[in-house]
Amino acid sequence: MPKFSLTPKSYEGQKAFWGVIFVLPWLLGFVFFFLIPLLTSLKFSFSSIQASSEGMKITFIGFKNYVEALTVNTNFNRTLVESIINMIVNIPLIVIFSLFLAVLLNQRFFGRTFARGIFFLPVILASGVILNLESTSLVQAVNEQNANSGGLVNAFGSFELERIMIRSGVNETIVAYLTGAVDRIYQIVSQSGVQILIFLAGIQTVSPQLYEAAKMEGATGYEAFWKITFPLVSPLILVNMIYTIIDSFSRSPITELVMTTGFDNSDFGLSSAMAWLYFIAIMLVLVISTYFVSRKVFYQE
Amino acid sequence: MLMTRLLSFENWKRWLWSIVRFVLIAGLSFVILYPILQKIATAIKHKSDLYSPIVVWIPENFTLENFKNAISIMDYWETLLNTFLLSSTTTILTTASCALAGYAFARLSFKGSKLLFAGVILTILVPPTTILIPIYMNLKDFTLMGIIPLLTGDSVNLLNSYWPFILTSITANSLKAGLYIFIFRQFFRGIPKVIEEAAYIDGAGVGKTFLRIMLPNAIPAIVTVMLFSFVWQWNDSFYTTTYLTSSNVMATQLSSLPHNLSIQLEGGVATNKDPFYMSMVQDTGILLAILPLIIIYLFVQRYFVESIERSGIVG
Repeated sequence: MPKFSLTPKSYEGQKAFWGVIFVLPWLLGFVFFFLIPLLTSLKFSFSSIQASSEGMKITFIGFKNYVEALTVNTNFNRTLVESIINMIVNIPLIVIFSLFLAVLLNQRFFGRTFARGIFFLPVILASGVILNLESTSLVQAVNEQNANSGGLVNAFGSFELERIMIRSGVNETIVAYLTGAVDRIYQIVSQSGVQILIFLAGIQTVSPQLYEAAKMEGATGYEAFWKITFPLVSPLILVNMIYTIIDSFSRSPITELVMTTGFDNSDFGLSSAMAWLYFIAIMLVLVISTYFVSRKVFYQE
Repeated sequence: MLMTRLLSFENWKRWLWSIVRFVLIAGLSFVILYPILQKIATAIKHKSDLYSPIVVWIPENFTLENFKNAISIMDYWETLLNTFLLSSTTTILTTASCALAGYAFARLSFKGSKLLFAGVILTILVPPTTILIPIYMNLKDFTLMGIIPLLTGDSVNLLNSYWPFILTSITANSLKAGLYIFIFRQFFRGIPKVIEEAAYIDGAGVGKTFLRIMLPNAIPAIVTVMLFSFVWQWNDSFYTTTYLTSSNVMATQLSSLPHNLSIQLEGGVATNKDPFYMSMVQDTGILLAILPLIIIYLFVQRYFVESIERSGIVG
């Protein structure tokens, strides 16, 4: 009975058949470890949950949890706004900084491999628990204090810079932003490891002929960057922007708030509502920034 | 005459740029290495050096006591083995399942595969926080759609075992798996279709083509995914501290190090709980936790840079 054979005979049919098989493990996981939890969490956020000996009693209460998160809870509003603002402030800094470094690391110079090695180190180190503990390290804090008075870290001090820039008539908000960036240089460097990698990879796919031609026509390195490198890697700016947003999840203080509300106070409804509000906020940022950036992005085809 | 002057001007500009570049790179490298250097300096200090105003970097009394303390409190060797096993298991399983899914999304299109790929993107975009609590409750009473209670009569508690990690990585839904599927898909799309067609004409089925032709070609993508997956799993505290509360894994040990330390100090002789000393041992603990990663990094660093350049994330 060739009609009922399990594998289809045509090449297209065979591919579709194997495609389903290959996707199947992921699909199972997607349903059980993503879709169902996502919907459950949505349901929780609209209900009040009482855990008792017979199990959980879930009653629908509408938007009460959301209202509570936004108006009653003392921490949520502040933490959410802080976390989003922090993200918005950091995105342009990280993207520009990593593009700049990628261009720098792409040039030929003595010790390039070594320098690259150091710059990708944050990819390994600056994640998860290490970063959390680092911020609480007392010895480090004290050492920094000592060093400040001793003049070691003074080199990073942005005070002088700030004065010079304000005197020369630069807008004060911009000055504050830039000096803030200088003060947080470690934070920015440590968050841009993957972004540098992606930009670097992108820059290396740009055909050298373009640069040669530009040089023949008399373009300077500066012009070559803005007229060749920048447009060609601009799609990656979008990629890196999105990556930076995703990457900020793990260090967001919201995560901690959601976990304490959920596990310590066992208020699953409220914590799910918080998590959903966070998700919605992130989506808004993502959609708006993608909209603006993708209009400027240059695609080759 | 003019020509030479121009040349020298060019030369001069190049030199200046080299110097600026060197200063920038050296400075930023220092910023990156500073915390590590500081930790090393702290770790080899004796307690008395902490209060000595003349000691900043190089200790007066060199000691390995901090290392000994941190190793014994963290149960270091066992923790190291556990973490290594956990990370490498999830790495291998995740890479395999993500490669399958990535290839299917890239080349084996079927009805609805576009929609499912949108699902992959969704898993990347949704913060893990949002789905954490239902997953936690699900794993606490794991029923697998009511199959397990039928067999054993009761649901299983999968928390505090490695099962959550194994299950999520077999099904390509572990930590940041969406990103890995995306990387694989991008890479497989970059391999010319002609190769597959040639294999098919020569009589290879889809499975055989994948195993014998596509996978060997996908080494850069595989290396990239394995590296990231290993490192991120090693450092991950989000899932490990939720799924495992009592097992000895680096992330849980590190996060409970201050607590364990204070218990030990209180039980000991009159070593009163000195916050500076605690922080010192904690720094040593962090150093010990990242040390294996740094050693591995020294060896694979080259692939790290090379493979991501060829893995087609950018293409």
